[in-house]
Amino acid sequence: MNVLRFIAGRLLQAFLLIAAVVVLNFALVHAAPGDPVETIAGASGGMTEELKAELRQSYGLDQPLAVQLGVYLGRVARLDLGYSYYFNLPVSGLIAERVPATLLLVLCSVLWAFLAGTALGVLSARKPNGWLSQTITVLSMVGFAAPVFWSGMMLVILFASVFPIFPVSDMRAVDSSGGGGWRDVIDVAHHLVLPSITLGLVYLAQYSRLARASMLEVLSSDFIRTARAKGLAERVVLYKHALRNAVLPVITVLGLQFGNVMAGAILVETVFNWPGLRRLAFEAVLRRDYPTVLGVLLFASVVVLVMNQLTDLAYRLVDPRIKAR
Amino acid sequence: MTPRNFTRRVLLSAASLAMTFSALSLAQAQDIKKGGTLVIGTTQAPRHLNGAVQSGLATALPSTQLFASPLRFDDKWNPQPYLAESWKLADDGKSLTLHLRHDAVFHDGKPITSEDVAFSIMAIKANHPFTTMMAPVERVETPDPYTAIIRMSTPHPAIILAMSPALCPILPKHIYGDGKDLKTNARNSENVVGSGPFKLVEFKAGQRIVMEKFDKFFLPGKPYLDKLIFTISTDEQSLLLGLERGDIQMLPYAAGSVNLRRLKVNPNINLTDKGYEGIGSINWLAFNLERKPLSDVQVRKAIATAIDKNFITKALMGGFAMPVDGPIVPSSPFAVTDLVKYPFDLKKANEMLDAAGYKPGVDGSRFKLTIDYIPGGDEQQKNVAEYLRSQLKKVGIAVDVRASADFPTWAKRIASHDFDMTMDTVFNWGDPVIGVARTYLSTNIKPIIWTNTQSYNNPKVDELLNQAGQLLDPVKRRAYYATFEKIVTDDVPIVFINGAPYQTATTKKVGNVPVTIWGPASPLDEVYLK
Repeated sequence: MNVLRFIAGRLLQAFLLIAAVVVLNFALVHAAPGDPVETIAGASGGMTEELKAELRQSYGLDQPLAVQLGVYLGRVARLDLGYSYYFNLPVSGLIAERVPATLLLVLCSVLWAFLAGTALGVLSARKPNGWLSQTITVLSMVGFAAPVFWSGMMLVILFASVFPIFPVSDMRAVDSSGGGGWRDVIDVAHHLVLPSITLGLVYLAQYSRLARASMLEVLSSDFIRTARAKGLAERVVLYKHALRNAVLPVITVLGLQFGNVMAGAILVETVFNWPGLRRLAFEAVLRRDYPTVLGVLLFASVVVLVMNQLTDLAYRLVDPRIKAR
Repeated sequence: MTPRNFTRRVLLSAASLAMTFSALSLAQAQDIKKGGTLVIGTTQAPRHLNGAVQSGLATALPSTQLFASPLRFDDKWNPQPYLAESWKLADDGKSLTLHLRHDAVFHDGKPITSEDVAFSIMAIKANHPFTTMMAPVERVETPDPYTAIIRMSTPHPAIILAMSPALCPILPKHIYGDGKDLKTNARNSENVVGSGPFKLVEFKAGQRIVMEKFDKFFLPGKPYLDKLIFTISTDEQSLLLGLERGDIQMLPYAAGSVNLRRLKVNPNINLTDKGYEGIGSINWLAFNLERKPLSDVQVRKAIATAIDKNFITKALMGGFAMPVDGPIVPSSPFAVTDLVKYPFDLKKANEMLDAAGYKPGVDGSRFKLTIDYIPGGDEQQKNVAEYLRSQLKKVGIAVDVRASADFPTWAKRIASHDFDMTMDTVFNWGDPVIGVARTYLSTNIKPIIWTNTQSYNNPKVDELLNQAGQLLDPVKRRAYYATFEKIVTDDVPIVFINGAPYQTATTKKVGNVPVTIWGPASPLDEVYLK
């Protein structure tokens, strides 16, 4: 019963948190000067007062903010994200259209960053003061410090003009309508290379440092000394005994970070013209398309929450030492 | 082209026989290859695809492919038959009779009749943001399925231009006539049915639009292309790369001298600045006449005299933009050269300010002003604002450049008249009634962007504009506008700086690049791939 009560408590927490997130986002989005009607008038090259008033009324923007918030919360409670002011399409549809692209990008980036980062971390932990280790440390510092849009642009320049091997824009060839066949999979994979390298670079640096530190820690523990004393080959000690334990913290961080990676994708999506959620949110902010901005933010916060809760829950199930508070 | 000639073309009904085809069709001499896919890159994300209820270039680009209109225009402002095979503006200027083709069908196979035309024109009148375009229209009569008579309360010669593809898409009444609000009709973005050369395959908001050739398009043998793809990206650089790599074949509305220079030296790219006469874009500096000392015409004249348009267009814009001196773009049939001009002369500007009684204070400045600009297009806006700051400093005016975070922020400031001076880019939209009058009519001083936010008020100008819009004799009409242009340039509510350096960039493979007055925002039925 303990577990059930724990889950119920967590659900309530999550619910309150989401509500708080919605209210906060709502306040922030509305705090920006200008409003969607102004933008639509701009896109139209002018507009009459009557038309603007009519638009404001139809969007409910003529109501006091508190009323607008109430209406929006009521909608969200019914799982209705409303209509985009700009595109006049259901926000849920706009989000659904773009989730796969962002998810694909994030998963690929995190996966390769995790694999390569762990490998680099282990390599540099073997001889912590050797030249290889130093090089990796310096490179990971650079990778961590370089702004994403800069590294992205450098890659674009390199691969667009110098070695035109990889496409630098969009998720599919421009005349492809998708379809999901093998050719489509290859096409998407081809387009995925540069953006996922760019987004992965930042995390690669983090994971390699984390893997290195955790590997060093494990290597200095008793059971490794025992393994070495038994005369096991260094290879076996490293990869069979040490790595298994050292990789756990990296996985933990990875799980917790998943939500943040979603946030990091915005610049990459902009630079590589990737048709994902982040770009949708960014462009919606510029258009003051409140329902779309709020919808994407809400979706993202739900994803982060769910990920975190799942991590916690998994821990509770795996490690009995963690007590429900 | 003489105005008299222009008129005759407008007034006489054009029989299909006497059709003077545009320069485009003269290219028929060479072999036209049919088929292929044209990919068009654009930075503008259309809200939806129905140009009857949404103005602006973003929607005009796809809307003119999907929907046909009564008339289209060649590259010399002459109306050409399109859905209407002939037309006649009555002698009193209060009715326009359209004789429709008998063989035109919508994408769903239903024939286009005068009912659809009547429905569409009234829908545009009720919903389109450019209210002046159809304002005098009272009703549309349909004596038979192929005749539509537009009845107007006053003479309204601008109605001819209002029949353009970008301004008057003919909608199927059987789809849009269900009484639902047209502005939010779901069929504006999905399953769109028009009668244009291309029909919709896919529309992904903010991403891409795919169209394919409409087999039953009423102009035999057209369109030449099999497919059109619009790829939308907010990042112009990635579109430019796509054009250079050949993934994209056409980039309309390309601006920015760095990009244009890069494209100009590329042997695989063609550039043309033809096709932008219709929108007639002007980059200008607007004053808020409600604010002191800008309410003083001498101060405005002095500021105009302190601006070196040649430096702006040659040094800041790489020579791709041309100076403009009046409210109507030089490529318009209504443009005149007899304007009050302000030759660049810093010494004179200083003297004018001295004479007007604005003595420099202790810090050497006469007074302080702010200048705003539209964020995003640095070359046309921000850089000019920065230049003006340094320039006006030389005549003792301290200028503070105010940045806006994004377009809505700027628009809000200007719409609420919360500014001293602002850079702005405004379109003529072909006929002065549509795009010019709105900036100067005192009846249009409103808290809305792109109205008379200058609070300029001159009864003589009001009278000229209101009357010119009703004059049928183009010579007389032009004379009225000439007087208006002279007065406005003398009153300087706005310093006109330059025409926007729009160009259409295409790969060498593209034939019949659209160069009519509406350029890319017109049917691409004659474009082909070599």
